[in-house]
Amino acid sequence: MKVLAAMSGGVDSAVAAARAAEAGHEVVGVHMALSKDRSQTRVGSRGCCTVEDASDARVAAERIGIPYYVWDLSDDFHDLVVEDFLSEYAAGRTPNPCVRCNERIKFASLLERAKALGFDAVCTGHYASIRAEGPGGAPSLHRSRNSAKDQSYVLAVMGPEAIGSSLFPLGDMADKQAVRAEARSRRLGVSTKPDSYDICFIADGDTRGFLERSLGEAPGEIVDADGAVLGTHRGTHGYTIGQRKGLGLHHPAADGRPRYVLDVRPASRQVVVGAAELLSTSRLLARDLVVFEPLSAGRRITAQIRAHGEAIPGRIEQLPAGEELLEVSLEQSVRGVAPGQTLVLYDGDRVLAAATLERRA
Amino acid sequence: MSARRAYLDHAATTALRPAAREAFLAASDVVGNPTSVHGSGRRARAVLDEALESIAADLGVKRSWLILTSGGTEADNLAVRGAALAAHAADPARWAVAVCASDHAAVRETARSLAPRIEARELPVTGRGAVDPDALGGALADGAVSVVSVALVNNETGILQDLAPIAATARAHGAVVHTDAVQAVGHAALPAPGTVDLMSLSGHKIGAPVGVGVLVADPAVPLAPQSTGGGQQRGVRSGTLDAAHAASLAAALHEVLAEAEAESARLRDLAARLREGIARIDPSVRFTAPEDVPQTGHIVHATFPGADQDALLFLLDERGVDSSGGSACSAGVQRGSHVLEAMGVDARGHAMLRLSLGWTSTAEDVGAVLAALPEALQRARAVGSLFA
Repeated sequence: MKVLAAMSGGVDSAVAAARAAEAGHEVVGVHMALSKDRSQTRVGSRGCCTVEDASDARVAAERIGIPYYVWDLSDDFHDLVVEDFLSEYAAGRTPNPCVRCNERIKFASLLERAKALGFDAVCTGHYASIRAEGPGGAPSLHRSRNSAKDQSYVLAVMGPEAIGSSLFPLGDMADKQAVRAEARSRRLGVSTKPDSYDICFIADGDTRGFLERSLGEAPGEIVDADGAVLGTHRGTHGYTIGQRKGLGLHHPAADGRPRYVLDVRPASRQVVVGAAELLSTSRLLARDLVVFEPLSAGRRITAQIRAHGEAIPGRIEQLPAGEELLEVSLEQSVRGVAPGQTLVLYDGDRVLAAATLERRA
Repeated sequence: MSARRAYLDHAATTALRPAAREAFLAASDVVGNPTSVHGSGRRARAVLDEALESIAADLGVKRSWLILTSGGTEADNLAVRGAALAAHAADPARWAVAVCASDHAAVRETARSLAPRIEARELPVTGRGAVDPDALGGALADGAVSVVSVALVNNETGILQDLAPIAATARAHGAVVHTDAVQAVGHAALPAPGTVDLMSLSGHKIGAPVGVGVLVADPAVPLAPQSTGGGQQRGVRSGTLDAAHAASLAAALHEVLAEAEAESARLRDLAARLREGIARIDPSVRFTAPEDVPQTGHIVHATFPGADQDALLFLLDERGVDSSGGSACSAGVQRGSHVLEAMGVDARGHAMLRLSLGWTSTAEDVGAVLAALPEALQRARAVGSLFA
């Protein structure tokens, strides 16, 4: 196959590209320049796509023996990921930009470009497994054997067509140390590079600061579930449902127990807080459903609502139809279901569907 | 990739001439620092002197006018920053420089780096790439400009500037004239000695190794040193003198100038075949320098509507053609072209292609481009339409 390997400059994508080449595919490496504000060098683990990252990817490509290019997708990234991030927060939701990036950039913009150039697939260093267990042997997406690093949750949004044009050579690697060791033995030059985490376009890790600079301050009140004013805030985008720290409340709650953000209402500039129980729900509503196989109401599933969270057993109560949303019931309550976050449904280790959590009625 | 590639990027760099390689190796065998007093040093100095004599003779200047540098960029830095700072120190009323808007970044960025003490004024060019004479007059009117810098040949389009009137205007306003002639050597007549005060040349563009250039500088023009140390090269550019690189540059320059007339005609002919072939393949192509604009003839610069830039270069590369787009930034990302922007050419939604010929170019290279282009353009347009 003719494969376009996305190479971030990190260990995972470098080893993935090497494996794809070794498997006999015709591989070309590409580094996506996503940031409009690129710094020259990496500082620690934060940030991404610096000139140094591009250089690391180039060296790895050279060692593997594949052609290498740097493509500027910063306009698309800004419009489809960064802008979405800001508008979701402004609307009181909690976005997951890594999911949007996969959905709109890596497996959309990049994949479309690749196909137009004659490539059969895009290869990345994601930890997830592709098998042929879909309907009629169609491609299916599964959790990685490395459960700690499993990224099927952020990939589910791609949908089955994109999965059919993807390659995840690290999918069944159980152990990150083994990947680093492989990078070393292949002399890819990135084996000791720290894994990046947090949001790639917020290099200093200060999400609240980034939001404040972009969205401005919009002060308002912090209220309890009955509407009593408990304090003030500088902008609803600084708060996410389920948040406990940083509330800045003047008085402790009457019962002395911690309060959590229950709801964020940008329209009235209010942040609603309350006790933990009020956060919990065993019913999930979601929209923008992407399915990997036909689903029906009543089907037992497990549901994951956070990137690093367990999957909770439950049932599909209702599939979306007209104005109606997807509804899933859970056997246990979960706390802090934040609208805008991704919901992924599994059957064992196999991904069934992805959707975006909606605010409760 | 065992097949011979078609190299159409001579404006970026060109093959090392055998004469230049031989000269470099022979000179390298002479061990000695040219400024040392002893026998070995004198032998090395002799190699250097011979090289400088040769270069000076070929350029029609005195040896004292030559300052060897590490390349064209350093020569541009020394010329623009060196002359501007020296002029300002002598007369604070000279607090600006004027540089051509389509010039290479080595000139433009250097000019910008002089802020806030010294203002960089950009000289606009017409749609045909020529410095606008009225704008030049306007920029110089207040007498604040100490240095006017205009490249003789544009590195992206191959368009030739008429330097004589520009130099005359600059001097009439008391400014020093610099030209970046890096792309000109072997392709266009260099300005007659005395027409300009400072001229930059680069070795690797003419078949010498990377790492050597020369600033031809009238000793009467004060230059603030940019590299200080042992005081070599009249204190203007310190650093151990590089006899081997100098010998190599001298050999390359001599060869280039000797064959310039014949080569120039040969490359013009190949370029004409390229243009005809491209226009046949894609009638919608726009050649940035129309036929009647003075140009060197070894560069063909074209824009293709609807084609994606990255895709076109990738597809040509895949088919064994080495060529260039607008310009790449240091990280390898293709950027829009400031040259086209300066000329008022709107290349949004177009792929830019610069094909440049050199001493190793053959008709096969032309053939390879024309064979690769149809499918490359088709696919590049498919990508372009995805994101239109």
